[in-house]
Amino acid sequence: MTTTITTPAVDDPAQLPRRAARRTKAPRPRLTVPRVLAWVAMGAVMLITLIPFYWMLRTSFSTSTSLGSDPGSLLPVDFTFGAYERVLGLATPAEALAEGGSGASINFWAYLRNSLIVATVTTIGQVLFCSMAAYAFARLQWKGRDLVFSTFIAALMVPPIFTTIPNFVTIRELGLLNTYAGIILPTLLMTPFAIFFLRQFFLGISREVEEAAIIDGAGPMRRFFQVILPLGSAPIATLAILTYITSWNEYFWPQLVGREEDVRVLTVALGVFRSQTPQGGPDWAGLMAATLIAALPILILFMFMGRRVINSIGYSGVK
Amino acid sequence: MTAPTAVRSTRRTEASAPSSTPQKPKRYMFGMKKREAIAAWIFVLPSLIGFVAFYVWPALSGLYYSFTDFDLLTAPSFIGLENYQRLLADPLFWNAIGTTSYYVAINIGLQTVLALGIAVLMHRLTQSMVIRGIVMLPYLIANVIAALVWFYMFDYQFGIVNEIINGIGLDRVAFFGESDWAIPTVALINVWRHMGYTALLIFAGLQTIPKEVYEAGAIDGGSELRMFRSITLPLLRPVLAMVLVVTVTGSFQLFDTIAVTTQGGPVNSTRVINYYIFDMAFNRFDFGYGSAMALALFVLLAAFTFIQLRLTRANKSDLG
Repeated sequence: MTTTITTPAVDDPAQLPRRAARRTKAPRPRLTVPRVLAWVAMGAVMLITLIPFYWMLRTSFSTSTSLGSDPGSLLPVDFTFGAYERVLGLATPAEALAEGGSGASINFWAYLRNSLIVATVTTIGQVLFCSMAAYAFARLQWKGRDLVFSTFIAALMVPPIFTTIPNFVTIRELGLLNTYAGIILPTLLMTPFAIFFLRQFFLGISREVEEAAIIDGAGPMRRFFQVILPLGSAPIATLAILTYITSWNEYFWPQLVGREEDVRVLTVALGVFRSQTPQGGPDWAGLMAATLIAALPILILFMFMGRRVINSIGYSGVK
Repeated sequence: MTAPTAVRSTRRTEASAPSSTPQKPKRYMFGMKKREAIAAWIFVLPSLIGFVAFYVWPALSGLYYSFTDFDLLTAPSFIGLENYQRLLADPLFWNAIGTTSYYVAINIGLQTVLALGIAVLMHRLTQSMVIRGIVMLPYLIANVIAALVWFYMFDYQFGIVNEIINGIGLDRVAFFGESDWAIPTVALINVWRHMGYTALLIFAGLQTIPKEVYEAGAIDGGSELRMFRSITLPLLRPVLAMVLVVTVTGSFQLFDTIAVTTQGGPVNSTRVINYYIFDMAFNRFDFGYGSAMALALFVLLAAFTFIQLRLTRANKSDLG
């Protein structure tokens, strides 16, 4: 579900001031009736987008057992931090039971740690190895380059479920079920998308600087670390963010190979949490508190790096 | 970070020299080529290992498994085309294909129209990064989270949606509990999650249309609607085609939402192909049959993509 076609758009900081200047010069468009209607439609889109986030917040501060009495309330029902205390393991089993949770402790901190480990290691490995490969595909001359590259790209067409079944067999035979390595390995070394994404950018880096380094006697290794990596730091950072988000949100693979408690990541834990019905129904407040905390790292990352992610969405190949 | 500038300055001094000695760089280039090829293979090696181990090898063994009876505990035994014969006769497989197609039709239809609308609105109204950020927000959270929130909001008893439906005097709807509602509901959830991101993809395409075309259209007295039909849509065709290929392929992969909400029910009404394959392989340990179905899905998707690209002439632009 996370197929993306983000090929690089211009990530040129020099464009920003120009755009700002244009905005101040251009006269404000007059508010005509169609324009007002358009803004109303835009507002509706924003509202539909944001309401579920508000509903998570509202529910997470409610008392689960009281939710049924006033399901339509726009504000939290019986305001409490109980759900968060329950999820984070700060509440005693008795307290949890009283507010509609399950008495069993939720290993939230362990799941959070697992998600952090998996996403971080995956991101570092994938970004490093894929930028190396992308450099070879974009800037070096070697026999078989185009063949290898098109084979990589062809893999984008294969539906993940097809390779997932044999990959599961491989991971099982390696004895890596329910280990971090088992969860991480398949995406640690490469994804076709990451290589495609970075290659597009590396192709665009001016040849002059690299040629200068060649004349300077710099070998490919030095050129990669001293020219390409610094000049390509913007797209590499963008890819790192995208990889981190994808890895953090991944559900299908980790629920196959990492079901056990000690390696269970947050998404898998949420699925398990949802299927528990401690007192006849799910602990909605607890569940919403957990989803919010699980989404929080990504939301914070997006708040600081959002511009980069948004700017990476675009086309260079399609004229 | 200082390296490139230092390198650049040395180049300036040498730039005037090379024309006087034409042979020297040539010989230099020759030795370098070999060195470069070796370096290239070293650079590609880690990815190549990953590619062979987790893409090529599984693709080949998946193909092999599809001709075998394989339960993971004993070695696969070759049974020829049996899995494929079974597939053709399996009503649940065809049910899964039908369910998935129904889902894709609703999801893609609604999502593309809404995304196009949002993209045009953004294009004509604002460049605001904040608005673009908000629009993208649902795409950033996990499928599982989106599914859980809507699962709660659509709940029969406690959900706000049913509160509103009840409030305006209609009967409550069991969104996930009724066969007729389950797939449209799941489709709606994923429209919510993907429409903003799709809008941003289309928005990026809109920005490649030169402003002059619109200015010319305005001089000719074209209304916004007319310009949308005669300028925006035709010029956006290649982008829309690519977006469709990508979103349709993605839409066929539906799994997460089903896994945390309906788990295939009620009565197989949401047993989409990916969920059926998963269930067959990992719950019933029929890896052979699961692989055969996965391969069928692959062939289906490839054919679909090919037809889509042909029909929409995605690689040809009307611009310039």
